[in-house]
Amino acid sequence: MSPTRLLVLAWGNDCRGDDALGPAFLAYAEALADPPGVTTTFVGDYQLQPEHAIDLHGHDLVLFVDASLDARLPYAFGAVEPAGTATFSTHGVTPGVVLDAYRLTYGSPSPPAFQLAIRGESFELGEPLGAVARRGLDAALGFFALLRRRASARAWCGLLQDSSQHSVAADAA
Amino acid sequence: MKAQRPEMLTDLETAPNATGMRRVAIDPVSRVEGHGKVTILLDADDRVHQVRLHIVEFRGFEKFVQGRPYWELPVMVQRLCGICPVSHHLAAAKALDMVVGATKLTPTAEKVRRLMHYGQILQSHALHFFHLASPDLLFGFDSPAERRNIVGVAAEYPDIARKGVLLRKFGQEVIRATAGKRIHGTGAIPGGVNKALDVADRDLLLADAYRMIAWSRDAVALVKRLHFANVGLYNSFGAFRSNMLSLVGADGGLDLYHGGLRARDEAGGILFDHVDYSRYWDHITEEVKPWSYMKFPYLRALGAENGWYKVGPLVRVQNCDHIPTAFADAERREFVDFGGGAPIHATLAFHWARMIEMLYAAEAIKDLLHDDDLIGGELVVKGERHRRGIGVIEAPRGTLIHHYRLNNNDQVLRANLIVSTTHNNQAMNQAIRQVAKRYIDGRALTEGLLNHIEVAIRAFDPCLSCATHALGQMPLDVELVDAAGERVDRLCRAGDGTFTREA
Repeated sequence: MSPTRLLVLAWGNDCRGDDALGPAFLAYAEALADPPGVTTTFVGDYQLQPEHAIDLHGHDLVLFVDASLDARLPYAFGAVEPAGTATFSTHGVTPGVVLDAYRLTYGSPSPPAFQLAIRGESFELGEPLGAVARRGLDAALGFFALLRRRASARAWCGLLQDSSQHSVAADAA
Repeated sequence: MKAQRPEMLTDLETAPNATGMRRVAIDPVSRVEGHGKVTILLDADDRVHQVRLHIVEFRGFEKFVQGRPYWELPVMVQRLCGICPVSHHLAAAKALDMVVGATKLTPTAEKVRRLMHYGQILQSHALHFFHLASPDLLFGFDSPAERRNIVGVAAEYPDIARKGVLLRKFGQEVIRATAGKRIHGTGAIPGGVNKALDVADRDLLLADAYRMIAWSRDAVALVKRLHFANVGLYNSFGAFRSNMLSLVGADGGLDLYHGGLRARDEAGGILFDHVDYSRYWDHITEEVKPWSYMKFPYLRALGAENGWYKVGPLVRVQNCDHIPTAFADAERREFVDFGGGAPIHATLAFHWARMIEMLYAAEAIKDLLHDDDLIGGELVVKGERHRRGIGVIEAPRGTLIHHYRLNNNDQVLRANLIVSTTHNNQAMNQAIRQVAKRYIDGRALTEGLLNHIEVAIRAFDPCLSCATHALGQMPLDVELVDAAGERVDRLCRAGDGTFTREA
């Protein structure tokens, strides 16, 4: 049986306080070995943009990871569906837009996608991760270990339903 | 120097008597920086009396880099903006060329940097047009908000949205191949670059380069079709006359990477030309206004009232004498002819000019990929050291200035950055005043009307010192406040584009 191809896409600015949650998550998670039956690819960027849809190609399962101002403490885990966003600038898109861009680009639905939104509170230039963000990061990394061991959309949906700790994030349909 | 006074809607900058009026704030709520807000002061009859765009820019970054060794700058400044990190990377590297005495780069170094820059221009312009502007342009400013986004475009124009993604990706690949990696690239270093282009990367890029040119030509054709289909609206919407500023090449041609400063007045007359940017402050200075965090640059010789200007694609395409690539130059000529001998000042013509530049970038990338200097040769030059460095580049949104002074330990003593959004501060204020006066004055506020303001802002796509972007933000928050400062109404657009009202 071929391994599950998991993509972890995290973004943020490591110079701006809790915005570093995405890159920090990536740095720690990348250092951990894959459990049997899973091959994980990690992609980091400053901001999420439509062309990240192309990174999704060839994967069975996708996890978006970012800091969030309004996620439940210490983090929120939710499913993502294709969605459009009306904005007034090009400065970043939501995971739902990336899924929609995937459908456009490849003419087929994107792989099942979920997001892990880690609560951040302060985003000032030159600041390190705050205490709340650090605790959230630790908790999110622990949860990610569980996700990785059960790397399938079905299992992840079960985790959504089973735990009151995990909420569907704001971006989800 | 001619000193014509640009058109000013000064009556809408500060209301003569604000007593008893309502204030409308269009407030994109984001995290710390990246905060843009429009306030509109209305009287009891919904007449517009004052319109101001407030943007909080790069607060603290100049201080943040103080004390850092200069060689860290080209990587560090990429954290300024998640949308155009390469522009900051290259502007800083150019400033440091001056510090290390690299008066002329090697052919390999300059061409690798140019390739990187054109990749950035291509991907930034593609993102702007296909994913930000096209929903408004294809469906109309008053179309339902739920349709006015990229998903709406995808549903009705799937090919357009798909090309947008793939053009972006190609630009990204150009950056990866030249900067070394996707983010935190280290390609440009003081005095040159740290690597030539790999042959394998060149071949990979060449395989797609011609398709990118074809798609860019399609994009120019599309934006022209949209402009011509509604020419009255496109020519007048948010239009205002102003001076113009950009770099031009030594031969007067479009050059987005290097050149001298050229300024024109609103009628197209040359104010100054081929000015060495290493003393930009002799020609450009900045004014502070009490109501805005962002400064207001102006041409020193004309003074603050008459000397403000605009920058960016609309200016560059008209400020140059020619474009060095064939297809883009043909489009430039058609664009200039459309103006009938006078400069085009239509805010929505930014989109047309932007697509001409995207075509130029695609052609320039193809031409460079055929140049063997890219794949070998000397990478770095050094010369007499200096303690001051100034780098200027034409970033996707306009002229970008990086200015550093170093101490005796090679640490940054002082930094000054003037970004394109700052250059365009007065211009953006003018655009939204025109729109507010034309579309909001005397009418009840609706989401569609407020979107007209956003359409004008989107044409410039201001950089909001954007390099943070958490999930769950609300990009738009509109508050109606009475003269006593009490909120009487509030409109919110959530991150998924939905619009709600809290009376």
